[in-house]
Amino acid sequence: MSTLSYAVSDSMTMLRRNLKHAVRYPSMTVSVVAMPLVMLLLFNYVFGGALGSGIGGRPTGGGAYIDYVAPGIILMAATSGALSTAISVCSDMTEGIVNRFRTMSISRASFLTGHVVGGVLQTLVSITLVVGVALLMGFRPSATPVEWLATVGVLTLLILALTWLAAAMGLVAKNVETASNMPMPLTFLPFLGSAIVPPESMPTGLRWFAEYQPFTPVIETLRGLLMGTEIGNSGLIALAWCLGLTLAGYLWARSAFDRDAKR
Amino acid sequence: MRMTTATAVSSAITATGLSKSYGDKVVLDSIDLHIPQGTVFALLGPNGAGKTTTVQILSTLISADAGAAHVGGHDLVREPRAVRDAIGVTGQFAALDNLLTAEENLLLMADLQHLPRREGRRRAAELLRRFELTEAARKQVSTFSGGMRRKLDLAMTLVGDPRIIFLDEPTTGLDPRSRRAMWEIIRGLVADDGVTIFLTTQYLEEADQLADRIAVLDHGKLVAEGTADELKRLIPGGHISLRFADPSGLESAAALFASAARDNEALTLQIPGDGSIPALRAVLDALDNASVKAEALTVRTPDLDDVFLTLTGRAQSGAGVNSLKENAR
Repeated sequence: MSTLSYAVSDSMTMLRRNLKHAVRYPSMTVSVVAMPLVMLLLFNYVFGGALGSGIGGRPTGGGAYIDYVAPGIILMAATSGALSTAISVCSDMTEGIVNRFRTMSISRASFLTGHVVGGVLQTLVSITLVVGVALLMGFRPSATPVEWLATVGVLTLLILALTWLAAAMGLVAKNVETASNMPMPLTFLPFLGSAIVPPESMPTGLRWFAEYQPFTPVIETLRGLLMGTEIGNSGLIALAWCLGLTLAGYLWARSAFDRDAKR
Repeated sequence: MRMTTATAVSSAITATGLSKSYGDKVVLDSIDLHIPQGTVFALLGPNGAGKTTTVQILSTLISADAGAAHVGGHDLVREPRAVRDAIGVTGQFAALDNLLTAEENLLLMADLQHLPRREGRRRAAELLRRFELTEAARKQVSTFSGGMRRKLDLAMTLVGDPRIIFLDEPTTGLDPRSRRAMWEIIRGLVADDGVTIFLTTQYLEEADQLADRIAVLDHGKLVAEGTADELKRLIPGGHISLRFADPSGLESAAALFASAARDNEALTLQIPGDGSIPALRAVLDALDNASVKAEALTVRTPDLDDVFLTLTGRAQSGAGVNSLKENAR
């Protein structure tokens, strides 16, 4: 076999291992899905009335507040999925198994690739669940099949970026507690963007931040694809952010993994 | 104990001038090693001597600051993949996947060694049988005892049929029974499969039992190297000890043996000697001729404890105390 096919087969082996973990110990998966679901219920039923009338007249693409907030919550599901990758990478690193992998003649990238691909798949499943619940709650997207496909594409790119970043965080974190805290800022970023309310309603400084942070163009692209609102140049900006963050996360993770083993 | 048969056999591991520091702390200070194929080499030293660092460097986990090494005929720096193909490593802390079963752990190794599926299953079943883990094959590893974990750890290392096996303190923390079982397994590996074993240990008895050659590492330096017997000869630990009923007996005996060390409290006299029968007879004759009566006589030959404690100069270290207890048992 060539080096490439070894790399692919090693990555598949690692992916199988991670999926086995996820299926056998679903508590992590459950808590990762639970967070965005709670947010969805909270923002639609508890705050939804007030927020919905507060942002009335803004381009929500539909009548109900859930049509505005659902794409934002979908994004939160993506950030919450990253958490589980950071934790599972870190808990592997704190055990001896990674040093065993390192002393074996296997593709070096396969360990991380297995974690990242596993994490992306897991997050996609959890997002599907969130979308399902949102639909039950009255979320009525107007997307065509092609737009749905594009939505999945944008989300996968975003998740890939977040998961690589999370994998790097899991590698540099000293222990699992730190690893679970490090991606926290990521989970809060959507709040400081257009996930829950439009940035126009925020004070100047915050609005400036909200408009230029990476999640806002992604949310606006999702909203555009799902609800038919104006995408404008958000699509391109979102794409650039996702690719840039993926590259940064990948390089960070690679260099963290290639450093000498922890003593 | 096995003996190295020839020095002409090609070497499994050679190292010259290996050094490693972390900041100001020198962990390894220019280590030279030469380990022939098919032998057991023990690196002996107290905690923090640099044993694990040596294993980590030779197994490509970390890089040395200076020096060169060949493992299995391959340069550590230039051909790490070829080195990894030749070696298996079982570390101090069991490197298992706790969330999988014993069998799944072995199959994971088989997949990563790119064995065909059927061959992988056969190999896993064979190793489970060999290590008496068949009954626990489908149990989750996190429920295993320390001894079972170490056995599975070694079994995972063997899936890839390594020619050189690093065992970093393979029996630390094991009960005496599991320790002996592990020794049997290690002996079997060398006898049946002809592998080379690089063993680190803080137990002198373990090195004495298993190793063809022993090197003593202290503060990152090799302070002695040789067979167990050679090391024992290095230090004058042997003596004949005489105990007397009263101080006058001790006094008159002490006059007979100029080189003896006396202990007035315990009423004993220690006469240096190797404990051979002629030496013993000479002592007894001298006592008879002078009509001095000794109450008791004991012969003490030097053991690796003496070597270890003398060479590393740390009588109070945990390692020394442990193995003294070990031998007292």
